[in-house]
Amino acid sequence: MKDVKVLGSGCKRCEQTAAMLEQEAARLGVTIRLEKVTDYAAIAAWGIASTPGIVVDGKVVHAGGLPKLDAIAGWLG
Amino acid sequence: MCPQSAIPEVPPLVGLADEPPAWPWLVGTGAGLLAWGLIYSQLVPASNWAADLLPLAPGSRMAEAARFFLYDAPKVLLLLTLVVFGMGVVRSFFSPERTRAMLAGRREGVGNVLAASLGVVTPFCSCSAVPLFIGFVSAGVPLGVTFSFLIAAPMVNEIALGLLFALVGWQVALLYLGVGLGVAISAGWVIGRLHLEHWLEAWVRDLRTGAAALPPVALTVADRVRAGLEAMRDIVGRVWPWMLAGIAAGALIHGFVPTGALASIMGAESWWSVPAAVAVGIPMYSNAAGIVPVVEALLGKGAALGTVLAFMMAVTALSLPEMIILRKVLTLRLIAVFVGVVGIGIVAVGYLFNALPL
Repeated sequence: MKDVKVLGSGCKRCEQTAAMLEQEAARLGVTIRLEKVTDYAAIAAWGIASTPGIVVDGKVVHAGGLPKLDAIAGWLG
Repeated sequence: MCPQSAIPEVPPLVGLADEPPAWPWLVGTGAGLLAWGLIYSQLVPASNWAADLLPLAPGSRMAEAARFFLYDAPKVLLLLTLVVFGMGVVRSFFSPERTRAMLAGRREGVGNVLAASLGVVTPFCSCSAVPLFIGFVSAGVPLGVTFSFLIAAPMVNEIALGLLFALVGWQVALLYLGVGLGVAISAGWVIGRLHLEHWLEAWVRDLRTGAAALPPVALTVADRVRAGLEAMRDIVGRVWPWMLAGIAAGALIHGFVPTGALASIMGAESWWSVPAAVAVGIPMYSNAAGIVPVVEALLGKGAALGTVLAFMMAVTALSLPEMIILRKVLTLRLIAVFVGVVGIGIVAVGYLFNALPL
């Protein structure tokens, strides 16, 4: 069980990122708990400067723009 | 326009099995550029041919406007595509996080210059203006330096520079780059000197988070070309309606406004034209792709360069939607100071260029 957070204030790319994470997790057979963090203060607390950001198990792995699929596989695998 | 399809299957090189070879992407980019050049060279005959098909009396105003539109629309679209692709590749070398690391703890002055310059090349979208602002300020980038970045990023961008270069000339593009950076640097510096940190929203002021340590990302040539293509699809896909509207407005000005008609209202002699251009520009929300074709047409009809530059800067740098977004982190007083300082800078630029014998 991976704890995954998408940091972003509901922008289009944040939605896309969340969808990509869910699809990739399903493809890999990894169960994840996906949480969307939309509060600006909560996003800022993770120390990123661009959204969408991705946090996996309490660690920031990505910030700004859509992630690459093979990178997602690396984070979830 | 997808070079991927033209790339033959190649066996992976020994030892580099997980890194895609660079050359198909370079060849694909070269082929794309060649195709671009071919299309561009056929623009004049093709647009003339299309204009002749229209049932409009040759030489009439409507025919002139239509001819202008049919030539300008594909031309601007092609140039926009090329510029955005190139800048997408350049921007893959930068990120807001890396820019922040370069700016954190910088002294004002040097910091403002660096921030404004990085604002030109760092990927930035006004939708993430708030995370960026908080991310910068909470990680120790001085407020004034942050503002220099936030002013330069929307105002001096690749679309503005590329289209000015293509439609109006390299001199004006270079001038815009220079004065745009100048306004961003000096306005940020002034805001920094005013020490307005206490005018941030309280929750932003109290936030001291530091910067996240992101894992390093090694980008390949393929990744960078892909970044260019993605920027192309994203930005061109987003701004083309603005662009067409701008060209249509430009075409109407071109066809219907008599040459020299604007000299009296937008010329260098009327002192009020510069502040009026700024006042009109603030509530107007467009982007550079929509505004440059209008700028080109206005200049052609006798508007003064300083007035037109001031108008363009006000539209791009002081946009109402961005202020509404920033209201989440800035108090109204700070927004007012921001608009005031940037507005004064833009008006000064306008007067300066109207006074110069160009």
